[in-house]
Amino acid sequence: MTCAELQTAMADKGYVASDDLAMAVFLALKLGRPLLIEGAAGVGKTEIARVLSQVLDTRLIRLQCYEGLDASQAIYEWNYQKQLLAIRAAAEGGRVAEVEQKIFSQEFLLERPLLAAIRQDKAPVLLVDEIDRADEEFEAYLLEILAEFQVTIPELGTVPATTRPVVILTANGTRDLSDALRRRCLYVNVGYPDRQTELRILRARCPDLASSLAHQIVGFVQSLRKETLEKTPGIAETLDFTAALMGLGINDLTTDPALLQATMATLLKTEADRFNITTEITQRIAGQAA
Amino acid sequence: MSRVTKFSGRDAGPTARVAGFVDHLRAHGFRVGVAEAEASLSALSFCDTYESAMVRGALRAVLTGCAEEAGRFDDLFDSYWLNGGRVAQRVSAAPNPSPHVHSSRSAAGQSQGDGAGDPTAPDDGQGESTSGGEGKLVATVVQQKMRRDLREVVTPEDIREAEVIARRLGAALRDRRSRRRKAATKGDRLHFRKVMRQSLQTGGEPIRLPKKSRPDRPQKIVAICDVSGSMTIYAQVFLAFVAGLIRADDAADAYLFHTRLVRIADALRDRDPLRAMGRLSVLADGFGGGSKIGGSLLRFSKTYARRFVDGRTVVLILSDGYDTGRPEDLAEALSLLRKRGCKIVWLNPLKGWADYAPVAAGMAAALPYLTLFRPANTLADLASLEPEMMRL
Repeated sequence: MTCAELQTAMADKGYVASDDLAMAVFLALKLGRPLLIEGAAGVGKTEIARVLSQVLDTRLIRLQCYEGLDASQAIYEWNYQKQLLAIRAAAEGGRVAEVEQKIFSQEFLLERPLLAAIRQDKAPVLLVDEIDRADEEFEAYLLEILAEFQVTIPELGTVPATTRPVVILTANGTRDLSDALRRRCLYVNVGYPDRQTELRILRARCPDLASSLAHQIVGFVQSLRKETLEKTPGIAETLDFTAALMGLGINDLTTDPALLQATMATLLKTEADRFNITTEITQRIAGQAA
Repeated sequence: MSRVTKFSGRDAGPTARVAGFVDHLRAHGFRVGVAEAEASLSALSFCDTYESAMVRGALRAVLTGCAEEAGRFDDLFDSYWLNGGRVAQRVSAAPNPSPHVHSSRSAAGQSQGDGAGDPTAPDDGQGESTSGGEGKLVATVVQQKMRRDLREVVTPEDIREAEVIARRLGAALRDRRSRRRKAATKGDRLHFRKVMRQSLQTGGEPIRLPKKSRPDRPQKIVAICDVSGSMTIYAQVFLAFVAGLIRADDAADAYLFHTRLVRIADALRDRDPLRAMGRLSVLADGFGGGSKIGGSLLRFSKTYARRFVDGRTVVLILSDGYDTGRPEDLAEALSLLRKRGCKIVWLNPLKGWADYAPVAAGMAAALPYLTLFRPANTLADLASLEPEMMRL
């Protein structure tokens, strides 16, 4: 597969990737290195992993990071209740000697995303979402797994990877990542799309959208991004906005100011933004876009 | 339209050119090394190398590591590969004699210790030492002492005393929000893994029930000390405190500012307190000058804070709040800092005076962002903050 073919394949699944992004994903596949994707919320970072798993026709394993994420939620955990029961059952039956062997076997192991990702028959896509929310200790642990692709379980020994997953990490700047992690990854920064790209995304995701309305929506959102906002709307917001307009049966942004203002709830996500972007401003932007 | 660089005939081939490019990036402050050069070469083997857009994308993915680098990459790429035939860089990949000198990062003030050298001050070291300072409000004619030897201001004894206080404050600051549990004798949940292990000794009967609990996590202190003219008489106390803090706590970090901001943690970590103050004098040049609190803090929150400040950090600002800059800058700086999730404690030496009100425009702008606003002008005052720090 070449880079252009990958880009087309992703477009077929409804993801319009810029050249830079497609190249980064392509290299991540070819070089077998993790890909770190940074960008504002709602520009489609997580979506890349989903689409990539569809293109490669494989499983998507997702690990959502949060503060305090630890090994027992990210890697593996023993099924303690089942172990206790097994011990009791074995004691009743009088086979105490075998029990230690038995309860620390695969049967009693609960796989969490990281362990699951290296034990698939077909290499999955491992999405480590919002890595900057996890704390530094976890980042260090992740580094080890990304370098060796093996997990050591004291009771069971080292579990080597049967296949090496395609690893995608996303971050949106809650915390700065360590240089060690950045060094190990390929890097791509996803920004807000330009007019043409956004139009293509809209066409790919909403095929039955009228062309004139699509142009209006993209023009509207592009102008809205130029206003000073606390939270600039991403592509996800554009798609929500489109869905709202289609659901309400609006064919032209300028016809009903009150209704348009009501749909702004899909684009403006903070109180200050809602307050600052008044009906007049909305109408002015919509007028320019039309 | 720029043309592709023509490399000289003696150039050793594509490998050397890529190595030269990596060297070029390094010279401009990118943190890239041999491993990245190797990865670039293998990445290029998957590309059509005659298509510059493709090569650009591939090299960008491999060689950049953060948004800032990605933004600068295009210009650097153009200047190396597409400079219309002018070969500006050697491609022989000769080791750059002093790579970090050219780096824009250090130029922005990270390591001013080596090159920043002589200021333009005519009266170098000639300024009268008008403030032996006893912490009283003294009318002083403060002159611009561009190079003041801080060894005269802060004695090793002060530092040792401050070290004790700093250590106690550090211990008082614990974060009680940790979510990850650890084995503990008085825990609130069962430590199942241990229960299982230990029950094997008793034939599967869980007799001992080990617990786990949420441990307190230490918080990191970042001290930012104002050493502008109006703060000169308090400098002794505060610098001793900062020095003590850095020596007592390995995770702590310290900065000082007057019209610009300098990171002093590394200098203060010197094992010999006297030598540490000597190194600090070099860094602190401009000591006792004007103050740009807003500008300095803004720079802090946009650069260092992104690396060193997180949700488990307490930022300690030691300043009187007399700012010559715009109060909006200060407000913006503090709101950016708050967004990193840290707590901000402002210790103001003037607040102790009977009729003090935070009317200085800067101070008023800062108030909404502060977690704690307290007076402090002696070491004893700092020590008495302990109970309040504990509640933070």
